[in-house]
Amino acid sequence: MSLGAHYTPYHPKWYRRRVSVWWWLQTWSYTRFVLRELTSVFVALFAVVLLWHIWALELGPEAYARLLVRLGTPLFVVLHGVAFVFVLFHSITWFNLAPKAMVVRLRGKRMPDWVVVGSNYAAWLVLSLAVAVILLRR
Amino acid sequence: MGRPITPFLWLLFSVGGTVSALLFPVHLFLTGLAIPLGWIDPPRYEALIGLLRHPITRLYLFVIIAFPLVHWAHRFRYTLYDGLQIKHLTALIVVFCYGAALVGSAAAAYLLWNIP
Amino acid sequence: MPATVALAVARYRPEEEPAPTLQTYEVPFREDWVVLDALNYIKDRLDGSLSFRWSCRMGVCGSCGMKVNGTPVLTCAAFLSEHLPGPIRVEPLDYFPVVRDLVVDLSDFMRKLKKVKPWILREEEKPLAEGEYRQTPDQLDAYKQFSMCINCMLCYSACPIYGLEPSFIGPAAIALAQRYNMDSRDQGARERLEILSGYDGIWQCTFVGECTKVCPKNVDPAGAIQQYKLTSAVHWLKTLLPWGAR
Repeated sequence: MSLGAHYTPYHPKWYRRRVSVWWWLQTWSYTRFVLRELTSVFVALFAVVLLWHIWALELGPEAYARLLVRLGTPLFVVLHGVAFVFVLFHSITWFNLAPKAMVVRLRGKRMPDWVVVGSNYAAWLVLSLAVAVILLRR
Repeated sequence: MGRPITPFLWLLFSVGGTVSALLFPVHLFLTGLAIPLGWIDPPRYEALIGLLRHPITRLYLFVIIAFPLVHWAHRFRYTLYDGLQIKHLTALIVVFCYGAALVGSAAAAYLLWNIP
Repeated sequence: MPATVALAVARYRPEEEPAPTLQTYEVPFREDWVVLDALNYIKDRLDGSLSFRWSCRMGVCGSCGMKVNGTPVLTCAAFLSEHLPGPIRVEPLDYFPVVRDLVVDLSDFMRKLKKVKPWILREEEKPLAEGEYRQTPDQLDAYKQFSMCINCMLCYSACPIYGLEPSFIGPAAIALAQRYNMDSRDQGARERLEILSGYDGIWQCTFVGECTKVCPKNVDPAGAIQQYKLTSAVHWLKTLLPWGAR
């Protein structure tokens, strides 16, 4: 033990580690968390795409036809494919975490998590079918 | 410090998260993949513009655009803080995120209000 | 099964070195040994200078939390056989200042714990003669999960937000505040709101969820925090009403 150390029990010579800028790459669960948070970027992008759809419809039938052609280009198909994966990831994580954030009680008893998660998925299925039927009605 | 509005922003974030989780996959799949790839025929223009003129459709579209944009603003703000460790740029980040969401929502309101 | 297993143990001797280093020890492998047994073997037979905390050896005291192969665990519950083949990396918990070897300083948590007033608060104590405060099994059930916390600090060590924002009150302290907020005998929820909903409280949390995953007692601090966000948001909405709470 060296005699050079000058600190008292009240001022110990702590070692503190700085958090790396790359902390979210250190374990898979942190990476998964950051990917989950980044789904919001694709959610926002698709909201902008919806605005684009509305705008094209307002401009008239020709603009709508141009929109359909544009959406069929490989670039947009690939972009939509990637966005679809992220948006699905958002839906699944959102539904699965819901029972943690919101406790549903029925006559004082906490509903089991699977009931909350299950009703989320049921609502998802029903709403998706409804949207598909209304949008594709001939 | 007055009344912090974080709880309010979080409520909007949650509503936006729920709305987009429930409704975005089907919209994205139909309009972005199934129709462009030819698995389903695209709806006719007349059918869509008719649908769009209905007030409930307009309200619906405003909800599924504005809330998800705020959802992004709130979530992305914290991702920038934590992922890049740039909390000292708070003012800039807040203006960029919520500002963009506000502009997008205003654009949605304008477009939906002025449907011919 | 191997006869021995290597442990790479973090050493930090503040008198001698500016930063921690890893030191490898070869210990006998036994099916029924946990990492804590191996550390005690090192201390007794190989190197008496190794410092670490432990007490009960049965997952109750919460003293022996360390990072084993990068994951925060109670070393009394981490079997060597689950971490084969070696070397098994044993390090102090993340985000707390290291005092020596595997020992970290927990004063920060102790200060924060006190701030959230984790005890039963009453507007007015009723006289002793009127008897105890009674509770139904359902009322007990509402907070019981949060009362299992043993202050082992694994959740803090798993929380990147605490690492990035050291002023964050953190998972265990918020879960313990919720333990009293949800207790039917307690009337202090309003008093705790100020600190829990303040700058260093729940709004720092982005629901990484790791605190709940590493908790050895299934306390679910992540759930406690998210549920409290809803409570706080509802309270905020009420303040908008003219007849609502202040």
